[in-house]
Amino acid sequence: MKKVIKYIMLDILRNKIVLAYMICLLLFSFGLFMVEDLPEKSLISILTLNLTLVPLVGIIFSTMYIYNSSEFIELLVAQPIKRKTIWFSMFIGLSFALSIAFLIGCGLPILIFSPNTQGLTMIVTGVLLSLIFVSIALFITVYIQDKTKGIGASLLLWLYFTILFDGIVLFVLFQLLEYPLENLIVGLSILNPIDLVRIVSLLKMDISALMGATSAVFRQYFTGSIGYLISYGILLLWIIIPLLLSTRKFIKKDL
Amino acid sequence: MIKIKNINKRFEKLHVLKDINISFEAGNIIALIGPNACGKTTLIKTILGMVIPDSGTIEVMDKSIQNQWLYRDQIGYMPQIGKYPDNMTVGQIIEMVEDIRTKDDKNLDKELYESFKIYDILNKRMNTLSGGTRQKISAYLAFLFNPKILILDEPTAGLDPISSLILREKILKEKENGKLILITSHILSELDDMIDRIAYMEDGKMIFDKTIEEVKSETSETKLWNAIAHIMNQNNN
Repeated sequence: MKKVIKYIMLDILRNKIVLAYMICLLLFSFGLFMVEDLPEKSLISILTLNLTLVPLVGIIFSTMYIYNSSEFIELLVAQPIKRKTIWFSMFIGLSFALSIAFLIGCGLPILIFSPNTQGLTMIVTGVLLSLIFVSIALFITVYIQDKTKGIGASLLLWLYFTILFDGIVLFVLFQLLEYPLENLIVGLSILNPIDLVRIVSLLKMDISALMGATSAVFRQYFTGSIGYLISYGILLLWIIIPLLLSTRKFIKKDL
Repeated sequence: MIKIKNINKRFEKLHVLKDINISFEAGNIIALIGPNACGKTTLIKTILGMVIPDSGTIEVMDKSIQNQWLYRDQIGYMPQIGKYPDNMTVGQIIEMVEDIRTKDDKNLDKELYESFKIYDILNKRMNTLSGGTRQKISAYLAFLFNPKILILDEPTAGLDPISSLILREKILKEKENGKLILITSHILSELDDMIDRIAYMEDGKMIFDKTIEEVKSETSETKLWNAIAHIMNQNNN
C-alpha cells in the first residue's frame, strides 16, 4: 500500500495545480493578516476562504484527478494489488497532497499571526473540509462514468453546499416562522459539512451574537466538550461514509 | 490451470458472456478467436478480475478468484490497447510496476528489454509514443515477472514484422518452459503453426474448443484459416 501511495503522491506533485493552490492560499492568508490590524478580523476573512475555496478545490481537483487517472487505475488493477488498496491509496494520496497545501498555505500564516484556539480550530476544520471533499469526489467518480457529467455533478454539489443549502434552510425558516424551529436548524446543519464548520468556527470566535436569535440554541448545542465532540464526530462521518460507499462500489466495478 | 464455469456477464441490456465453460492447461498456447465484439476481451478481463462476472466461477490454479488478488502474481497481461499515465516516462512506468510487483526473490525476465531496445525510449513520455511502441512496453511488462500464465490480447496488432517475430519466438520459448499462454487474435495466419488449441467465440457464446489437429482433421483442411472458415460456415447454416 505504501508503494502505491508513493506513486500516487509523486504523480500529484508532478501536477502543478496543488502547488499553485498552495501559493494562492499563502498569498491570500498573508495578505489578509497584513491588511488588518486585528488578527481576529483576518481570521473571519480566512474563514470565508476556508468555507468556499477549500471545498471547491478539494472536490474539483480530486474529481478531475481520478478521471484522468483511469489509465493508471487500470494498470494497477491488473497487478496483484487489492482493489481496496488502490482506492484507499487514491484517497490518502489526494488527502495528503491537499492537506499539506492547506497546512502550508493557510496553517502557517495562522500559526504565525494568530496562534490560539481560534486559529487552531480554523486549521483543523480546514483539513477536515479538504478530506470531506476528497471523499465526496471519490463517491461521485465511482458512480458517474462520464467525466463531463462527473465534474458537473461536483460543481453542482459544491454550489449546493455553499449557497443553495442556506437558501433552502432560510426558505424553510420563513415558511414555518410560527413554530419553534431551533432543533430543526441544528438538525439541518448536520446535513451540510460546510455549515457545520461555519457554526463551530464562529462559536469559537465569540462573534456568535452576529448570528442572531438562533445563536443561543447553537451555543447550547455546539459548545461544551460534548457539543464539540459531536460536531467533529459528524465531520468525520462525512469523510468515512462517502469513502466506504465508494470503496464498496469500486471493488465491484468493471474496468 | 484456469477453469471457467458457467460465466455470465451482462452490461446493462447487452449479454456479453453467455454461460461460458472452458478450461486451459499449462504448457499450451491457446488462441481465443472470434469476430469483433464477441466477448473475447471481456472473458480475459474476467480472468484478471477487471470485470466481475454476474454468475459462475473462475478458478486459477485450483483456487476461486472471487475477491482474491494475489493470484494475479502468476499472470502477465498484455492489454489490447496499453493505457498508461500520459505524464510518466517509459522508465518511470517500468520502474513503478517493477517496484510494486517485485518480491524478495528477484527473478525478472528482461529478455525483451534487449530485443525490443526499450533502453532507447526510457526517457520518452508515454503520450509521445506510437501504438506499436506501447505494445512493446506492454509485452515487456507482461513477461517481466516470469508469470506462469500469460494473457496476450491482440499481441501483434500494432507491431512491425520484426518485433512480431521477436514476440513470437518469445511466446514459443515460454511455452517450452511449461507456461500457459492465452492469445486473442483475429490474424490467424501468424498463429497458424504455434498454437495448440483453438477456442472460438461468437456473440458471447463459446462455439467450440478443440485442438488444432481436431480442427484440421474434422474439416480436412490443411490451412488453419480455411478450417476455421469452414466451421464458421457450418455454424451459420
